[in-house]
Amino acid sequence: MGKTIAEKILSKKSGQDAYANDLVVATVDFRMGQDGTSPLAIRSFEDMGGEKVSAPETSAFVIDHSAPSPLEGVSALHKLMREFARNNKMLLYDVGEGVCHQLMPEKGHVGPGSLVIGADSHTCTYGALNAFATGVGSTDLAAALISGKMWFKVPETIKFICHGRLPFGVYSKDLILYLIGQVTADGATYKAAEYTGEAIRALSVDARFTISNMAIEMGAKAGLMEADEKVWEWVRRHGNGNFEQVTSDPDARYAQVFEYDVSSLEPQVAKPHRVDNVSPVGEVAGTPIQQAVLGTCTNGRLEDLRIAASILKGRKIHPEVRFIVAPASRRVFLEAMEEGIIQELVRAGAAVVTPGCGPCVGTHNGIPSDGENVISTANRNFKGRMANNKAFIYLASPATVAASALTGVISDPREFLPKEVS
Amino acid sequence: MELRGRAHKFGDDVNTDYIISGKYKFKTLDMKELAKHVMEDLDPEFANKVQPGDFVVAGRNFGCGSSREQAPLALLNAGVSAVLASSFARIFYRNAINTGLAVVECDTSGIESGDELLVDLEKGVLRNLTREKEIAIKPLPPFMLKVLADGGLVAHFRKYGTFNLD
Repeated sequence: MGKTIAEKILSKKSGQDAYANDLVVATVDFRMGQDGTSPLAIRSFEDMGGEKVSAPETSAFVIDHSAPSPLEGVSALHKLMREFARNNKMLLYDVGEGVCHQLMPEKGHVGPGSLVIGADSHTCTYGALNAFATGVGSTDLAAALISGKMWFKVPETIKFICHGRLPFGVYSKDLILYLIGQVTADGATYKAAEYTGEAIRALSVDARFTISNMAIEMGAKAGLMEADEKVWEWVRRHGNGNFEQVTSDPDARYAQVFEYDVSSLEPQVAKPHRVDNVSPVGEVAGTPIQQAVLGTCTNGRLEDLRIAASILKGRKIHPEVRFIVAPASRRVFLEAMEEGIIQELVRAGAAVVTPGCGPCVGTHNGIPSDGENVISTANRNFKGRMANNKAFIYLASPATVAASALTGVISDPREFLPKEVS
Repeated sequence: MELRGRAHKFGDDVNTDYIISGKYKFKTLDMKELAKHVMEDLDPEFANKVQPGDFVVAGRNFGCGSSREQAPLALLNAGVSAVLASSFARIFYRNAINTGLAVVECDTSGIESGDELLVDLEKGVLRNLTREKEIAIKPLPPFMLKVLADGGLVAHFRKYGTFNLD
């Protein structure tokens, strides 16, 4: 019987002929933890009797969630991570390097066919590069640091076939919000998602990351895509490209197959307080906002900043809006400066903060006040997500966020985009 | 492993930000401190009300959202012995087993706050003692039951030095 991408990668890495629902112990190609999860992983590592990290050159800690540290307690945890990484000769990406999910692909640590675990739920992002990448907890990470291995229940797979091309002003963020709205927040729980079809193939790799990133918001364990020429070109540009791609077999068994024609999709918004509470932007257009956030592991890449700048170039944001911009990494930050994008955003009124996660996860860098509305390119709008349970978070594409920052109300970006950058 | 306690009922899609907010979890490794804030966005009184051995009972997709292991640890440190839900998000489910918090997948529609429940994971039995009803539970795979019986993955590793699936 044929296999899905998930079944093939987990078979290869475990040395077992594995199919959905089998339990395997597999060798992991790369391990990652961030500053919200690594301190606990270090404690579990010690409690487990761990003496040394088994594969330190393919294990990394990233200080991104609360970076630079806003509090003494956080500083102590960062110090703990730095010391552990140094003592174990692990890779450490410190304050200002960027968001873990941008760094893992950007530094060449993951690629087609990789098996990666990260102690962060959005580790599924690298599925866009054809990697089986999944979020785990701290104790899982500790076990993988000690043994180099991890237990997996091989997931069933749901296939999403997206026909047609996304129209002008509609982006991969709109597509994934739409899909989550269709299948709901637990529509793919315990399962892997495979995203395929003409609409996916037409997307840049940056744009594809946005889709795989949000696979977890439909409950999925991984958000997988095929490795095409665009992926290989991206991987070679960011590393040694030493990977082996995996394709699903024509007779692979899928739990479900969903097909959509996306050629008339409109910009989408996820409304408070659920990621699957999705509607076309028109339904919420005119809602006043006090803060707009551009960045995060979902939409902080060069292309995202470029789209926002194309709307805001030569304009000023609404005077009652705070516009926070966090580039996904130092590299993205530098490239955006070289293109003049950061300058355009700052002139328009943006407050640019350190590459990292802060505003999305409510650690610092823009905690909203009671009753305020925020429009964000992030991936979660749960009540309290940005550290105030009396604030309201709307999720949208970089274009919709930029258009809304400009007008002070949630706005359809198609009215503001220059026609040439569809 | 027999567990007995009272139910605290919540709804669907209880995410990890509700279980323990990100604004607390980055500050400390002191789980007793985090336990004071467990579930506070859904029920500010929960941490005061919960008694050792009690159960959190919920609907669909319990623990969705982030990978924070502080979620099951805060529940454990608040005294919760098990979470019963009609379904779980997968990272929370793993983390619960890895940290030694029992997770029970079952139809929770007939359980109300205050009901006294008895759970036996090995036997796969759940009894609502208040309503004198048996509720069917989805059995855990043997490996997960073993990790749970060991007291979590830390204890499992201390015992075997690695994963022991046999």
